[in-house]
Amino acid sequence: MSSVWVGIVIMVVGCFALKYAGLSVPERVLDHPSTKRAADLIPVALLGALIAVQVVADGDALRIDARLLGLVVAAVLLALRVPFLPMVFAAALVAALARQL
Amino acid sequence: MTTDRSVVIDSLGVGLATGVYGVSFGTISTASGLSIMQTCALSLLVFTGASQFAFIGIIASGGNPITGALTAVLLGSRNMFYGLSLARLLDLGGRQRLASAHIVIDESTAMAASRPTRRQARLGFYWTGISIFILWNLTTFLGALAGQAIGQPETYGLDAAVGAAFLGLLWSRLTSWHARTVAVFGAAVALGLVPLTAAGLPIILGGGAAVVLGMVWRPRSRA
Repeated sequence: MSSVWVGIVIMVVGCFALKYAGLSVPERVLDHPSTKRAADLIPVALLGALIAVQVVADGDALRIDARLLGLVVAAVLLALRVPFLPMVFAAALVAALARQL
Repeated sequence: MTTDRSVVIDSLGVGLATGVYGVSFGTISTASGLSIMQTCALSLLVFTGASQFAFIGIIASGGNPITGALTAVLLGSRNMFYGLSLARLLDLGGRQRLASAHIVIDESTAMAASRPTRRQARLGFYWTGISIFILWNLTTFLGALAGQAIGQPETYGLDAAVGAAFLGLLWSRLTSWHARTVAVFGAAVALGLVPLTAAGLPIILGGGAAVVLGMVWRPRSRA
């Protein structure tokens, strides 16, 4: 089995277990204020890190290229309340065009 | 007054709008080197968009799939907290709970929350969750087929599309300066670690550091 499949199995088990646990755990356990704070912070913190690495990292180096331009376009469109799918396609299109120049 | 009918229509609207994101997932996933089978397995069996994007993003950047999977599971931890509020709202028995857990995601939770009655909360949850599940899997498959046909992802800016997709997922959460600072701090720490650590680790470590910062530094309004 390739390591990608191992990763997929970990995700299948892990993600389902979390969903099921939430429906099953007694309220008082997760109702604690700091647990709630952490729950709000985890996606924000991880997505921040993910975006940075996705857009600026190239292996173990940092590289500024058309990906960053795409991200700026995405941010502008999101600020203008453009829906998700057109926003993603526009970012890809701008990055692709920039590479043609 | 909210009728059952309007709950169903709203849910289908959200389902349609969200379900088509699967096209971008399928396209980017096969462009990242996953097979069509692997891509479809993720949408069928993992079924939580941000985690799926995280996994393929890390693989595309040369990371270890195990690190990618751990990041993806961490990112999926919010579903646990959704389940908590849903449990109160939907009041599910043991077997129902097992069958319903798979569709506990951002959108089904949002469409169930704040409904005046348990009946409407259930309608919102199931119509949203099931319509997204069906569409998300269909569009993932279509995107995966298209992705394998078109070749080099950079030519089409698909690498930029991943960043844009993540930003879209993050955007609605950046409502306070506290949240924005946490996101930027996570990004900065991750980038600082890119030259120093194996691929995938900067994301977990940067994200972890930002969570700690967010917990320690409390904005005055909340204190």
